[in-house]
Amino acid sequence: MSPVQQPEEDISLRIQELAGNLKIRDVMTRHVFAVTRTCTMRDVQTIMKNNAISGIPVVDSNHVVGMVSVHDIMSAFEQDWMADAVADHMTTGVRTLSEEQPLSFAMSAFSKFPYRRFPVVNRKNELVGMVTLRNINVALIQELSRQLATMETEGGRVTPPASSDSCIFYRTYRLARYDFESGGKASAELREQLRVRGVAPKTIRRAAVACYELEINIIAHSHGGTLTLYIDRDCVRITANDFGPGIPDVEQAMTEGYSTANDWIRSQGFGAGMGLPNTKRLSDEFAIQSGVDMGTMIKSIVNLNTSEELSDESK
Amino acid sequence: MKASELKFPGLECIRPSEPEISGGYTSDLLSDVMANLKEGDALITIQAHKNTIAVAALMGASAVIFCHGRVVSPDVLEAAAKENISVFVSTGNQFNTTCAFAKALGE
Repeated sequence: MSPVQQPEEDISLRIQELAGNLKIRDVMTRHVFAVTRTCTMRDVQTIMKNNAISGIPVVDSNHVVGMVSVHDIMSAFEQDWMADAVADHMTTGVRTLSEEQPLSFAMSAFSKFPYRRFPVVNRKNELVGMVTLRNINVALIQELSRQLATMETEGGRVTPPASSDSCIFYRTYRLARYDFESGGKASAELREQLRVRGVAPKTIRRAAVACYELEINIIAHSHGGTLTLYIDRDCVRITANDFGPGIPDVEQAMTEGYSTANDWIRSQGFGAGMGLPNTKRLSDEFAIQSGVDMGTMIKSIVNLNTSEELSDESK
Repeated sequence: MKASELKFPGLECIRPSEPEISGGYTSDLLSDVMANLKEGDALITIQAHKNTIAVAALMGASAVIFCHGRVVSPDVLEAAAKENISVFVSTGNQFNTTCAFAKALGE
């Protein structure tokens, strides 16, 4: 029997599905060895040897200012720099990841940059952890095991992560770049799910249009991604997650009329620079996170228990 | 107004449906349509593809009028049938069609 070849894109989307709602914070190593600028290359080599690690961040008041890798230590041996301060020979201009970012951003970072580990920082830009491919693999295997376990107990149905026992509907849709034919599947299903539950038409429209805008966004602007619908008694949660290219200036992207769409997208009636502002306006809660070369994650929440018929004039 | 009652020169109804037509919105930008079309409106546009029907359905449009005598493909008609949306083709441009439509609607 010959092995079945799965298209690469399909696998990467499946992996992205698994990464789901995990954040870098959930998978990173928190116990981090770091050194200051004045430590010597030999100090670093000793720490590496004793702890079986291959890269150490250099910090100054908890801010990452460089990295020393095994490669740097080898050069130091060759050049007789072992007694020098790490500040003289460390790699500078280090790329860090933020602990708040979705795990998929870290996955994109590993596939796009030649580094084997990334320092993770908090909002104050202080070092709080390290993330390696091993951390990611472990997290994905854990999630896969969890899904398999629930499939066994629930007869083949994949359930959303724990802490969502009031969930009514949960599904992830895969969207490929420029596949306009697939645009609208998630929103059509969302509309139907809400309709049979007797949700107010105006609320249904808000949720469905927000969902459709996010579907079209992934199709028109990203390298492909996923859109996840989650419905419980109180709200609809739409999560759009893509593999990049990321948005350099999120504030600009949220400005009505700003668009990077090409002529073909425009010829289809999209790309007027209204998608994101529209989605935000329609959402009760809206959040966007983007990393250049890493991806974009957008969350839109529409509450279902509002007295929409009375107070909807502003929406 | 019912779809069967909407008549003006150059307009052909290729798929009538029940919902009442109560107003109209003219735009070729689907994002703009999503922001502004009102339930029951007929959408007047030159965007003769399936996504137009998807957007019209999301917003609760009663009908779509394709201008410039655009050829409407079977998959568009199929989608419209599923969503219970009337489909018209007008030989006029967006301006002429909108003017004639407004007159027919008595606005």
